[in-house]
Amino acid sequence: MEYNGGSVIAMVGKDCVAIASDLRFGNQALGIASNFQRIFPVTDRTYVGLAGLGTDVTTLRERFRYRVNMYTIKEERDIEPQTFAHLVSSTLYEHRFGPYFVEPVIAGLENTSSGSKPFIAAADLIGCLNFAKDFVVAGTASSKLYGLAEGLWEPDLGPEDLFETISQTLLNGVDRDAFSGWGAVVHVITKDRVVTRTLKGRMD
Amino acid sequence: MECGVRCPRRRRVRPFCTQTAMYRGPGFDFSNSLRNDFLQHKGVALPKATSTGTTIVGCIFKDGIILGADTRATEGEIVADKNCEKIHYIAESIRCCGAGTAADTEFVTAAISSNIELHALSTGRKPRVVAAMTMLKQYLFQYQGHVGAALVLGGVDSTGAHLFTVHPHGSTDKLPYVTMGSGSLAAMAVFENGWKPNMEVGRQPLSPALPSWYSNDNVRPAVQREEALKLVCDAVAAGIFNDLGSGSNIDACVITATHTEMLRNFVKPNERVAKELKYGFRHGTTAIKSEHIRSLVVSEEITPIRGEAMDVS
Repeated sequence: MEYNGGSVIAMVGKDCVAIASDLRFGNQALGIASNFQRIFPVTDRTYVGLAGLGTDVTTLRERFRYRVNMYTIKEERDIEPQTFAHLVSSTLYEHRFGPYFVEPVIAGLENTSSGSKPFIAAADLIGCLNFAKDFVVAGTASSKLYGLAEGLWEPDLGPEDLFETISQTLLNGVDRDAFSGWGAVVHVITKDRVVTRTLKGRMD
Repeated sequence: MECGVRCPRRRRVRPFCTQTAMYRGPGFDFSNSLRNDFLQHKGVALPKATSTGTTIVGCIFKDGIILGADTRATEGEIVADKNCEKIHYIAESIRCCGAGTAADTEFVTAAISSNIELHALSTGRKPRVVAAMTMLKQYLFQYQGHVGAALVLGGVDSTGAHLFTVHPHGSTDKLPYVTMGSGSLAAMAVFENGWKPNMEVGRQPLSPALPSWYSNDNVRPAVQREEALKLVCDAVAAGIFNDLGSGSNIDACVITATHTEMLRNFVKPNERVAKELKYGFRHGTTAIKSEHIRSLVVSEEITPIRGEAMDVS
């Protein structure tokens, strides 16, 4: 976790979800890159964020891409976020005794009969799922993010309000974490569009 | 590696990609172990796994079993989940509370639940609690305690009501009232004080001197009568309030021969008070460097090709 640093957070809003992360890729205390993507699209309305060891972030991203593609071909439909969460969970638990050093965060909109429903989940490194109704956090700044999100999050935030809340939670959280920071990216997923914004953050 | 005379065929090494990416056999994958040992040797800290430093209890009463659990999941000193489910489904009238490494309790109960279903299908009988208990203990013993699941298994079958504890190394106990997890001492103190044989459900009223959170609106009045259920709730509450690893709400599950009632968030003694003020930010608070909008609306434009009308005469 502390080897490369990095943090991810996801929040539920009213008919929308947001997932955000910092962009730092470091080698312990030394910063290497400020453009490291750790949030990846799974389907149009589902995103996954992988906080943890950089090599495993890249490896798992490819493995999830492979498994999601196989699912899409077999089922002839997009994978639902909840199904994807279980896919992540079983992939990680397969490595129970030699785990990948990642804490995945999943955010997306579920397809229901009455439209779409926000969905977020987080897993620990061996795939224990946490289906929260408000927010989930992962990474080196997680202890700070828990506190900030607990204070700032409120129910039924619209996409723009949710963007401000998740951005402020993340920016202020990573500012108190030496291993996270160096810029941030936020994805706000709504029914008919995904807004991706890169944030101005401290570069120290 | 040399195979020797008895094995003339050279040991075939399968290409790496076919082993890891295309087909994966059953069981655990240890391919990261070597690397992880190396990293650990270099001082890279292993991220903490979610554990349920839990209070889970079970108690036999006149007509069956009551299981109880708190709803806190922890990662070290951090509360990772304030309202998780620790009473897992094994079969319709067999349920299992899990403490220890959260992922292990989740997957072990799911695996045994699925094997019990297959067993029930192949025998054509309702599954027995001992069958589930034996499967669990054999599985856990096989992994010599490395699968860190401490369980309270309870249910009703054709031979009556049964209550077991299963330890991570595979040992089991059969007792009329049991507790497990970090809050087990607090909960057991309550059981030792209050349990008596043949407790009834639906006879005695709750004592008038109840803690204030029992009069909470979340308690369903219809079940306030139940004596054994109250003892289970008291035991879990003792864990919630006296053990740091346990907290939040009380889940309970009443299993009788005819009916299983899962009482999710049966008592909520630790509800968060409403925030006095809003902490919303004004739009534009956060400075943005760039913005990209991906539209998911498929728009089609139909351009009619003007030409000579089709001859339909």
